[in-house]
Amino acid sequence: MTPTPIRFYQVGSFAVGNRLLEEELRTVQSDPRRANSLDRGHRACQGCGEALGARYALDAAVRATGGDLVAINATGCLEVFSTPFPESSWRVPWLHSLFGNTPAVASGVAAALRVKGRSNVRVVAQAGDGGTVDIGFGALSGMFERNDDVLFICYDNEAYMNTGVQRSGATPPAARTATTEAVGPEPGNPFGQGKDLPRIALAHGIGYVATATVADLHDLEAKVIKAMARHGARYLHVLVPCPLGWGSQSRDTIRLARLAAESGLFPVFEAEDGIVTSVRKIRHKVPVEDYLVLQRRFAHLFKPERRDEVIAHLQALADENITRYGLVAPEEVEV
Amino acid sequence: MLRQLEGSRAVAEAVALCRPEVVCAYPISPQTHIIEAVGALVRTGKLQPCEFLNVESEFAALSVAIGASAAGARAYTATASQGLLFMMEAVYNAAGLGLPIVMTLANRAVGAPINIWNDHSDAMAVRDSGWIQLFAEDNQEAVDLHIQAFRLAEELSLPVMVCMDGFVLTHALERVDLPGQADVDAFLPPYVPRQVLDPADPVSIGAMVGPEAFTEVRYLAHLRQLDALVAIPRLAEEFATRFGRSSGGLVSTYRTEDADTIVVALGSVLGTIKDAVDALRDAGERIGVLGITAFRPFPTDAVRAALARAVRIVAVERAFSIGFGGVLSTDVALSCQGLPASVHTVVAGLGGRPVTRRALEAVLHDAAAGKLGRTTFLDLDTIVVERERARMAADRRSGPMAENILRDLATSAASPHAEEGR
Repeated sequence: MTPTPIRFYQVGSFAVGNRLLEEELRTVQSDPRRANSLDRGHRACQGCGEALGARYALDAAVRATGGDLVAINATGCLEVFSTPFPESSWRVPWLHSLFGNTPAVASGVAAALRVKGRSNVRVVAQAGDGGTVDIGFGALSGMFERNDDVLFICYDNEAYMNTGVQRSGATPPAARTATTEAVGPEPGNPFGQGKDLPRIALAHGIGYVATATVADLHDLEAKVIKAMARHGARYLHVLVPCPLGWGSQSRDTIRLARLAAESGLFPVFEAEDGIVTSVRKIRHKVPVEDYLVLQRRFAHLFKPERRDEVIAHLQALADENITRYGLVAPEEVEV
Repeated sequence: MLRQLEGSRAVAEAVALCRPEVVCAYPISPQTHIIEAVGALVRTGKLQPCEFLNVESEFAALSVAIGASAAGARAYTATASQGLLFMMEAVYNAAGLGLPIVMTLANRAVGAPINIWNDHSDAMAVRDSGWIQLFAEDNQEAVDLHIQAFRLAEELSLPVMVCMDGFVLTHALERVDLPGQADVDAFLPPYVPRQVLDPADPVSIGAMVGPEAFTEVRYLAHLRQLDALVAIPRLAEEFATRFGRSSGGLVSTYRTEDADTIVVALGSVLGTIKDAVDALRDAGERIGVLGITAFRPFPTDAVRAALARAVRIVAVERAFSIGFGGVLSTDVALSCQGLPASVHTVVAGLGGRPVTRRALEAVLHDAAAGKLGRTTFLDLDTIVVERERARMAADRRSGPMAENILRDLATSAASPHAEEGR
């Protein structure tokens, strides 16, 4: 039998397999004692980026806190697919109240734990992009401003997927949604709109702000663990591709998350105490087109005729990110 | 201890005696003095341990209370009017989740037009939300109802809203007897939650329930409110035994023994009504008063029993259902189905308009004489209403009607005989 040669980049992700890492550096998911916080049996779509992101994030948080964790969840896909009563996929204490009040509910839980002398029990709040940048924004800003002891995780799939793919304040320009149809002279979501929540979070002066994608789960885990080592308001923004809403293949979820980062459209960085302390460098810069072409929400940029000016506009946004965060070393900027 | 206190301050001290562990504050008149005073009690260490959170909206205030209660803490907040409506979604949520939060509602009108003064439209807007709603007649009762409210809420795992009239009670200085801490502690044991977020015993709270069980969940909420119909008088009795005064209960009656006419009302207006009734009694009318302390759950049987021998019932309401009429009257009329009495609605005191004894005496005199219609708006200025209607009929662009009415009033005040004009 011919031995298969070991290749580091077997899946094209540049990720190094766990078995080649020191034990303490391995992913939480490789640990047989992992918490399975979001357990099997839930009803997420095949290839759901949010389910993947939530499982890794929560299990990492459980590891970081020794299991002393409470999760608060906004209304949305994650809430609906994980918990139609009496079947809950959550193995951590979990509370869903409403769509727009998750940060405030989390503040209340943290306050209760503090007054009860149980500050060792930590609070993670989770919401999609709608629950974070739109309807929950006021409550989130309040939680940040008060510096309440909550890690807030936004699983960003760039639209209201639970209600059938409507535009949110996190929907990228040109993307087709059910409320930004790909028709008219400027099809899809307009340019010049939307919120950059990680930067807004930074502007609140909170101690920890980071972004991550489900293409680099080890990075996601590391950021959760680092966030849980700190107190006060913390924010983690995770890009989670949605096959249903993006019109992509289920098998492409990880690839799309990677391409979003490698094109510069989604900058992956970390800021501590207001200073950007690390950025995830782009290893092989790709044109945004490589990312766009895999998604039906951008199909109108390629058919019936190419919309080069729109693609170039999106490329310019990616290049802006690359410059702003220094995602590519100067000599590597050429595509 | 007897003290001369502002209603808000008295309620704040009563709340502090109940040892809430998380209090969330957002200012809105006329509730603001309450949370200011609770905040001061926390700051000075009189209320400890307590987390006092200044939040960014009423929606957040009740949401913080929801989180705190679900994590096992005794939670309190206060609001009024627009604030209550801004937190409406959380109001239903707290009840649906069965979280025993206590909230003071300093009753105030709901705009537009914006109006900070007292009526009951805010409380009526949430009467179907699943909260227990208790109405205080005076500041002593407001104090006592808060102490009973925490006990009631936690016994039943239901949120309780203590309604007290904005300004009329919240800003009135009255003699109030504040109980001692030891008595309150004996009356109100520490909060033991029915469900709690605990890593040692993880549960999922607030998940989706479909058509297969939603009816049963809602019906259970109804049954627990009906349980409150038993618990409320029991707690009032226990309260009377320990504290030596009667407060709370489902309803209160005043001079109803042989009454043909019975006036039904909620809140502080009962005081004026009793004065009017005394005067009418002196004039030989057989008239009495039924005060409703527990509006939700509605004490149907107690109301029916109290009104069983009445010939006519007059519900004096500080709110109404636009396009229909009385809210309280509807509940009263349904409670009295099959009884001979006629039910009349008197809408009074909207947006802080004083409900005067003179006006009440006149309308109740008409009632006793059988001359009162189905629905009456007390002290309604029909002249300004008709003027505005005429303006609207004459001119498509008649402008903001509230402004027009106030201009009319200013003109007629400056010169009673001035020509009407825009």
